Amino acid sequence: MTLLEIKNLHASVDGKEILRGIDLTVNAGEVHAIMGPNGSGKSTLAQVLAGHPAFEVTEGSVTYLGKNLMDLAPEERARDGLFIAFQYPVAIRGITNAYFLRSAVNAIRKQRGDEELDMLDFIEILEEKLKVIGWDDSLMNRPVNDGFSGGEKKRNEILQMAILEPKLAILDETDSGLDIDALKIVADAVNKLRRPDNATVVVTHYQRILAYIVPDRVHVLANGKIVKSGGKDLALELERRGYDWLKAEAA
Amino acid sequence: MPSTQTADETAPYLAQFEAVAANGASAVPAWLKQLREQAIQQFVALGFPTTRDERWRFTSLKSLAAVNFTLPKHRDDVTPESLQQYLLPGDKGVRLVFVNGAFVESLSTVPELPTGCTVGSLAGAFDSDVVREHLGRTAPDGDNPFTALNTAFANDGAFVHLPPDVVLERPVQILFVSTPQDQPAMSHPRNLFILERGASAEFVESYVGLTDGSYLTNTVTEIIVADGARADCYRVQRESKSAYHIATTNSQLGKDSRFGLTSVTLGAALSRHDISMSMQGEGGDGTLNGLYLVDEKQHVDHSTVIEHAVPHCDSHEYFNGILDGHSRAVFSGKIIVRPDAQKTDSKQTNNNLLLSEWARADSQPQLEIYADDVRCTHGATLGPLDEDAIFYLQSRGLNALAARALLTRGFGDEILKRVAIPDLRGQLEVLLKNWLDRGEQGQGRLSP
Ligand SMILES: Nc1ncnc2c1ncn2[C@@H]1O[C@H](COP(=O)(O)OP(=O)(O)OP(=O)(O)O)[C@@H](O)[C@H]1O
Ligand SMILES: [Mg+2]
Repeated sequence: MTLLEIKNLHASVDGKEILRGIDLTVNAGEVHAIMGPNGSGKSTLAQVLAGHPAFEVTEGSVTYLGKNLMDLAPEERARDGLFIAFQYPVAIRGITNAYFLRSAVNAIRKQRGDEELDMLDFIEILEEKLKVIGWDDSLMNRPVNDGFSGGEKKRNEILQMAILEPKLAILDETDSGLDIDALKIVADAVNKLRRPDNATVVVTHYQRILAYIVPDRVHVLANGKIVKSGGKDLALELERRGYDWLKAEAA
Repeated sequence: MPSTQTADETAPYLAQFEAVAANGASAVPAWLKQLREQAIQQFVALGFPTTRDERWRFTSLKSLAAVNFTLPKHRDDVTPESLQQYLLPGDKGVRLVFVNGAFVESLSTVPELPTGCTVGSLAGAFDSDVVREHLGRTAPDGDNPFTALNTAFANDGAFVHLPPDVVLERPVQILFVSTPQDQPAMSHPRNLFILERGASAEFVESYVGLTDGSYLTNTVTEIIVADGARADCYRVQRESKSAYHIATTNSQLGKDSRFGLTSVTLGAALSRHDISMSMQGEGGDGTLNGLYLVDEKQHVDHSTVIEHAVPHCDSHEYFNGILDGHSRAVFSGKIIVRPDAQKTDSKQTNNNLLLSEWARADSQPQLEIYADDVRCTHGATLGPLDEDAIFYLQSRGLNALAARALLTRGFGDEILKRVAIPDLRGQLEVLLKNWLDRGEQGQGRLSP
């Protein structure tokens, strides 16, 4: 089943074109990796899919679960099971992580017609998910991402993913800033959460995480376009050769 | 001619003072009579401050001075039921209730307390040497015309005197309610809390309007925290939206003492709170927290002064404001570090969240540092909700409205989480939530 189909996607910010014709299809059960030089548009793609208002789609189409994604508000996309682990998660003062997570779960449950969870029910689920990903609850009563270390913010994104159980998760450089142990834990968590009916897109600069989360497809995004796609060996080749040989193709 | 204007504005107060003095003032001891006479003279001499006074730059008192506030008539129709929502449910501690400034014994409870404690109405303690010795000690009449006016008219309030090492387990609740009156009325509550060496207590001081009408509350609270003592004060201002609320909360901290004040302000058309905290013994630790929620044309002004007179004291100050409508907030935070006060550690923040483009906030930190080995930091933020944070919440399934509400609550919670009495914190959370939903108006009002 096709979860996501992107066709000839163009997007700009402040009138500057960043995405210049992206084509990408993600099917249920697949893992895709997107690699590419700094500034090539990987995070922009993630933000456009999330529905960030700063980015304007000027051409092309995105179909998610058979719907036109661009017709949906950001929260509707989330409730339909789209999850972005952001490269730079935002700090939210005054709201504890636990409260935030419960609000998010309940927003999604409400959409599905399920009963909302009270704090006690939620804590039970939280404890269970924390166990799955091997963390304690020390960050739960602190304000969301406020004063979190780089790695803690990334772990917190994965915790949200574990709790929200998305159909399509896009992890934007979730591996950057993680120590080696945390990297294994994150990869492990992603693998544990893998199901035949969901899919993951891993945006990364490093082959290392792909040794744990083995991708079905690897894409290279350069200058706003996917300039090459291949199997998992492409990541190894990129690690060896860099991007210069591909940049020529993108120009 | 400013001086003539001042005389005009103060004249009605002088006339009322003289009328009262001619009446029943003989019941009070001579020292108090003399103190009041001096105070009214001081008030007349000082007059109402104008915006030319640096400390009142952003707060005009023209509308207050134009009202002819008179002393209130007593009302005995306030029921315990109507006060429930303003008190901690089921609390077995001290409860002192004042209606239009006067103590009402039938609405109050004073359970048995450890030996040597005096807790009750100030009017009942005017004969006490302790009152005589301490009244006005932290709040001299010459400093502020409203303090002078309070001293001149103050005939009641809460008096709490705890002997050394006494610890009160339950908070002392002090509730001031204003009822509907034929004329705009004024009350001048005066509170005095004295905690001797090693004593400890919590206080919850609330000001509530059981009317939507205009009136003036001009209150002064003095708190003496002796060596090793600890006082945690909470203050909730829920006056009528047409009222004027002028308040002074002054504290003196001894060696190794701890003091905390958390002040939540929602009511009044014009609200001004002068807070001073003076660190007078080494090892003292003082915290001032404030949350103000204002809407429409409300004006709220906090003027704080923290004085470090001796070395090795810490002070912390966290004030958050949420402004909607055409409201206006002023915060000035002065920190004075005297030459001797080495190793002072002082932190101040004032954050203002603007929910409306017409709301306005002015924040003025003022550091006067005369010692060299100190750490003093201050920071202020001002602006609408963070759009990135709204988007982040949306990307997790919350709609924009829910995201805004959550962020706004979080902003208020930054202060409310510092409230250490769980029941009170719960009530304040509800107050904040109701304020955000604007569903709170009109509850518990008495008919005129
Ligand atoms: N809000 C914005 N305003 C202006 N330019 C932007 C904005 N967001 C992104 N850009 C620009 O778009 C380009 C692509 O940025 P993007 O963050 O998508 O790159 P990336 O591939 O994720 O890079 P990295 O590997 O460094 O994370 C960059 O040149 C960036 O400066
Ligand atoms: Mg990026």
